[in-house]
Amino acid sequence: MVQERTLPQFHAPAAQIAPEEGLRLYEDMILGRFFEDKCAEMYYRGKMFGFVHLYNGQEAVSSGVIKSLRSDDYVCSTYRDHVHALSAGVPAKNVMAELFGKETGCSKGRGGSMHLFSSEHNMLGGFAFIGEGIPVALGAAFQSRYRRDALGDSNADQVTACFFGDGTSNNGQFFECLNMAALWKLPILFVVENNKWAIGMAHERATSQPEIYKKAAVFGMPGVEVDGMDVMAVREVAQQAVARARAGEGPTLIEALTYRFRGHSLADPDELRSKAEKEAWLARDPIKRFEGYLLEQNLADEGTLKEVRDRIQTRIDDALTFAEESPEPSPDDLYKYIFADE
Amino acid sequence: MAETLLFNALREAIDEEMGRDDTVFVLGEDVGVYGGSYKVTKDLYNKYGELRVLDTPIAENSFTGMAVGAAMTGLRPIIEGMNMGFLLLAFNQIANNAGMLRYTSGGNYKIPMVIRGPGGVGRQLGAEHSQRLEAYFQAVPGLKIVACSTPYNAKGLLKAAIRDDNPVLFFEHVLLYNLKEELPNHEYVVPLDKAEIVRPGKDVTILTYSRMRHHVTQAVKGLEKKGIDPEVIDLISLKPLDFDTIGASIKKTHRVIIVEECMKTGGIGAEIIASINDRYFDELDAPVVRLSSQDIPTPYNGKLETLTIVQPKQIEAAVENMVALKV
Ligand SMILES: Cc1ncc(C[n+]2csc(CCOP(=O)(O)OP(=O)(O)O)c2C)c(N)n1
Repeated sequence: MVQERTLPQFHAPAAQIAPEEGLRLYEDMILGRFFEDKCAEMYYRGKMFGFVHLYNGQEAVSSGVIKSLRSDDYVCSTYRDHVHALSAGVPAKNVMAELFGKETGCSKGRGGSMHLFSSEHNMLGGFAFIGEGIPVALGAAFQSRYRRDALGDSNADQVTACFFGDGTSNNGQFFECLNMAALWKLPILFVVENNKWAIGMAHERATSQPEIYKKAAVFGMPGVEVDGMDVMAVREVAQQAVARARAGEGPTLIEALTYRFRGHSLADPDELRSKAEKEAWLARDPIKRFEGYLLEQNLADEGTLKEVRDRIQTRIDDALTFAEESPEPSPDDLYKYIFADE
Repeated sequence: MAETLLFNALREAIDEEMGRDDTVFVLGEDVGVYGGSYKVTKDLYNKYGELRVLDTPIAENSFTGMAVGAAMTGLRPIIEGMNMGFLLLAFNQIANNAGMLRYTSGGNYKIPMVIRGPGGVGRQLGAEHSQRLEAYFQAVPGLKIVACSTPYNAKGLLKAAIRDDNPVLFFEHVLLYNLKEELPNHEYVVPLDKAEIVRPGKDVTILTYSRMRHHVTQAVKGLEKKGIDPEVIDLISLKPLDFDTIGASIKKTHRVIIVEECMKTGGIGAEIIASINDRYFDELDAPVVRLSSQDIPTPYNGKLETLTIVQPKQIEAAVENMVALKV
């Protein structure tokens, strides 16, 4: 097992969160988890194709960050994008339909698992090559600043959250974009989901300085390390970063220490990660942990949590039915969407 | 009418479009304070400020991706590639994002951006700075590719490219920036997808673009003296190709010569020949001939460099040969 980093301590003060807000986060994490479990089932039953990368285990990051945003803020993801899209508000049925390649999918069946988009929800993608989403997110953040400072639109305070993995943080775009974001004080959150592995490459074997958040310092940017299995901790860090960005104080690099519970993709035999490592992280399941917190703090009782789970299960089942019953794109539309005027 | 240099015609196009639409902005290396390596953005920084004429760090792939993100969210970026060759470093964001993203997003986003700058074989700039990238990009779906050749079309085409809702690769030629021409005083735009008939004729169709248009024009002077009457077409749009204009000409002349600066292998000419075979094979009286650059990295030595690209004399000879084969 690769040497564990000491996790940053965070103790959410009692009742720091309103019960409704707690349930909102819980619901979002459950939605992410149940959705992905359903994907695995459908994939193994031969109903879903291609490369499918699931998010199980990392839910606290998506929920903690994206639920700290406004609906007019932007989210930019990677190829591990289902749950980011869900947190951003893209309806589960449209994400599921996309994975089934249907016309009703959020990318009209043209994108698939690694290319989820929704302009309505400011979901910028879905990027299948590692790191290519980082500059795109930078562009969205630049756009906010441009509207505010070049066009004088004082309402243009939208923030962009840009997600990527530890492996991706070795790619050139990461450094290039941190530089530009700091240089121009762009309203962006760079959120590294450090799940310790890039397919089969252990983070420590690929990275000369494994503490990614420290790389912010050379760009004069705040870098924070956070326990990515604790939604309250992620939320706290994200809220601060969002406030900074909105106030025109520039970008933040957030390194969330997390873990993916499944293989890299559904096609990955997952042979390299040790049983001990997996068990240690499974014991830190962010959903179980947050359930514990909600109960301890009397923010919810078992009954309410079960209600949430049942409601979400129904929503996933409905999404599945919707996806299965939706039409495929028409062959007549093979050339549709290449150019904007078509 | 005022006599205008090509680089200034481009500058006027950008200035006018920035003036009429405040979502249009320029980004790239040295476009701001310095005014652009070929002065296409000179003084625009003073007029529009540093956000609208944004000096970027030397990070081609990332600032290109940044333009994609800005375009997706409602701005209209114009990227200046200091030299288009540098954009090889941005191939990822150009191909994966600029070109494909509208499609992969199922029409969720449009990407109204222009990527422009100097390319082609310069004067002894050596291989890396003398590239012809148009063929590399022609296979990327979702891109429009345009090559300007005169101050008049440079201005009108660039304005059209900026207004287009799609990503447009806009090729300028490093040796044409100082070309002079009288431009109209009134505003005009030139359609991106229409070839330009430079000289109507009946004996043979010469398809060309960018700087080679001028080599062809020179060759035509000699041909005219010999009583040969070629039709010269400046393709302008390299993607999509304007087969209405090309086809109409072939039906008239039944003979085609392509003159390009592109490399022969996998070049624009290669694509045109294949398409002509698909569409107009029965109209042809002779196999299509293409005059392309040599398939080598452009040599630094001036004599070798000249041998690398097609010269007017070669064009003249090729046309004469073809006409002599008259059935
Ligand atoms: C440019 C590029 N190179 C390689 C790949 C293949 N690939 C897909 S995911 C991946 C690992 C990325 O790991 P990380 O950034 O840590 O993200 P995680 O999968 O852990 O979420 C690689 C190498 C790719 N998609 N894009």
